[in-house]
Amino acid sequence: MSNTDFVLAIEDLTVSFDGFKAIDALTLYVDRGELRVIIGPNGAGKTTLLDLICGKTKASAGSIKFKNQEMTRLAEHKIVRAGVGRKFQTPSIYENLSVFKNLEVSFPQGRSVLGALGFRCTDEVKERVQSVATEIGLADALDTEAGLLSHGQKQWLEIGMLLMQEPELLMLDEPIAGMSVRERELTADLLQRICKGRSVIVIEHDMDFVKRIAHKVTVMHQGKILAEGSMEKVQADPKVIDVYLGH
Amino acid sequence: MDAFKSWIARSGTGSILLLALLIVVVFPLTMDIFRLNLVGKYLTYAFVAVGLVMLWGYGGILSLGQGVFFGLGGYMMAMFLKLEASDPEATKIQSTPGIPDFMDWNQLTELPLWWEPFRHLPLALIAVVAVPMVLAFIISFAMFKRRVGGVYFAIITQAVALILTVLIIGQQGYTGGVNGITDLRTLLGWDIRDDSAKLILYFVNAGLLIGVIVLCRWIQMSKLGTLLLAMRDKEDRVRFSGYDVAMFKVFAFVLAAGISAIGGAMFTLQVGFMSPSFVGIVPSIEMVIFAAVGGRMSLVGAVYGALLVNFGKTYFSESAPDLWLFLMAALFIGVVLAFPNGLAGLYESHVKPWFARRKAPKAAPAAIEPPAAPPPAPSHKSAPPATLPGGVQGQSA
Repeated sequence: MSNTDFVLAIEDLTVSFDGFKAIDALTLYVDRGELRVIIGPNGAGKTTLLDLICGKTKASAGSIKFKNQEMTRLAEHKIVRAGVGRKFQTPSIYENLSVFKNLEVSFPQGRSVLGALGFRCTDEVKERVQSVATEIGLADALDTEAGLLSHGQKQWLEIGMLLMQEPELLMLDEPIAGMSVRERELTADLLQRICKGRSVIVIEHDMDFVKRIAHKVTVMHQGKILAEGSMEKVQADPKVIDVYLGH
Repeated sequence: MDAFKSWIARSGTGSILLLALLIVVVFPLTMDIFRLNLVGKYLTYAFVAVGLVMLWGYGGILSLGQGVFFGLGGYMMAMFLKLEASDPEATKIQSTPGIPDFMDWNQLTELPLWWEPFRHLPLALIAVVAVPMVLAFIISFAMFKRRVGGVYFAIITQAVALILTVLIIGQQGYTGGVNGITDLRTLLGWDIRDDSAKLILYFVNAGLLIGVIVLCRWIQMSKLGTLLLAMRDKEDRVRFSGYDVAMFKVFAFVLAAGISAIGGAMFTLQVGFMSPSFVGIVPSIEMVIFAAVGGRMSLVGAVYGALLVNFGKTYFSESAPDLWLFLMAALFIGVVLAFPNGLAGLYESHVKPWFARRKAPKAAPAAIEPPAAPPPAPSHKSAPPATLPGGVQGQSA
């Protein structure tokens, strides 16, 4: 497959579980600096797609290229090191560690065993933790044990942990699930800020939220792409209305 | 200065010093050499328990086969001592003088090639830690790279313990079989059986144990310690933060194996023999109990756990030998049900708040720090150390 200018180029991607094709010959391109939202009914394969990109699930066929580098055969941690960050659906943070430690551990240094032994929390690390904490609105909570944060704050903390790694592609699986209206607004602002200089893929169900943030929307259905384009175009698509949005 | 003070508090230096005081000063001053030697033996088990704190408490990896590494370390040491005890002069009544007695009984006529390195003390000392660590690396690398974990890993370690026991017992001519390697006498001509040697070995053992605890504490306070805790709770998050989780688990397992092996070698030196009964499944599980009773998150607690359970074992197996195994099982079940963080957990939840109430309220300590290693909690289960020398009468099960 030829090289492209896209940050992420997925071509003919297929994965089957016992014959069931969760992703079926899917082709998807994501631009640099783009905020893409993936929507679709339950079981459409949205989360599976993210699993495939970050290496959690191995593809049966097809190719995933990140900055023209093939990802399908790489180990998970190497995909992360290449610049792909992934947020899970339920907040996945270290509940027993402080917010500061959560962010510090995510700093992309000292990632080998010996590196971790020799790692020192330098001023550079502290500054970075401080700036990310400010970005996600947790600057006052650095010493709080992460388990004590509210649900919304936990979601932000996990996004912050990804920001620590400065990924070029950030993938968020339902980042506003369980958030209050106010928290949703703040998250939308946050996403609009962080997509500057990097590409972001978001899976979301909340149509108002999608409208606010999406540059481009991809609708998935049964492991395939049903429609793609601007929010208005997708919302007007009769196929999409049929299987997902409803009349 | 304040930074230094808070570092002292966080690092648990106080509790390590207290433990050092107890085993380096209090025990030797209050016990006769027989009891001190006994404590020395218990402290060799404490190495395994300390290793388990790193592996199980921090890494979340339960191994039920630590006896393998304890035993291997012990055997490496015993092989050297046995060769030294088997000089041609001492073994001239054998049909082949100059080889260990059990080889002679098993019709071996020359020393097997793989025994040769153990003629040299430096090689033997390297083997004490290297052989168990290499074995641990092979086992853990194969398992963790394939994402085998949890109960499955624990079962594999049990299988390894069983295999090694069977191997040692089966290869009697090479290993001394079920009797183990016995009748060890001197280390480079220095008789390890007399009282002064026992005293010196006790202090070497105590020093090594404190050294190992300090090393482990340093690892716990490094980023690697944080990562082990993080991995235990959210393995996927660590993996998708760019870490090769398997290698960190391998590190924890190899570290615990190396520490256990040092304990095994010190056991051989102080007790004077090594046998397969320290390799198998039962001793391996007992060692997990030491760590559980002491508190699997506390390095110092693990040492107290090993001491207390073994004092109890010695006392009860003398007065009620049939009952001991049941008591031990009850203790383990009790610990798991009633105070899952062991003595250290009791200290954290009961003694420390009490102290805190008496002192002027200070800023809350960093919540992330694991329980600082404590002195024994003042429950009836753990008589204060000062009463230990008098024996275990102060304790009830």
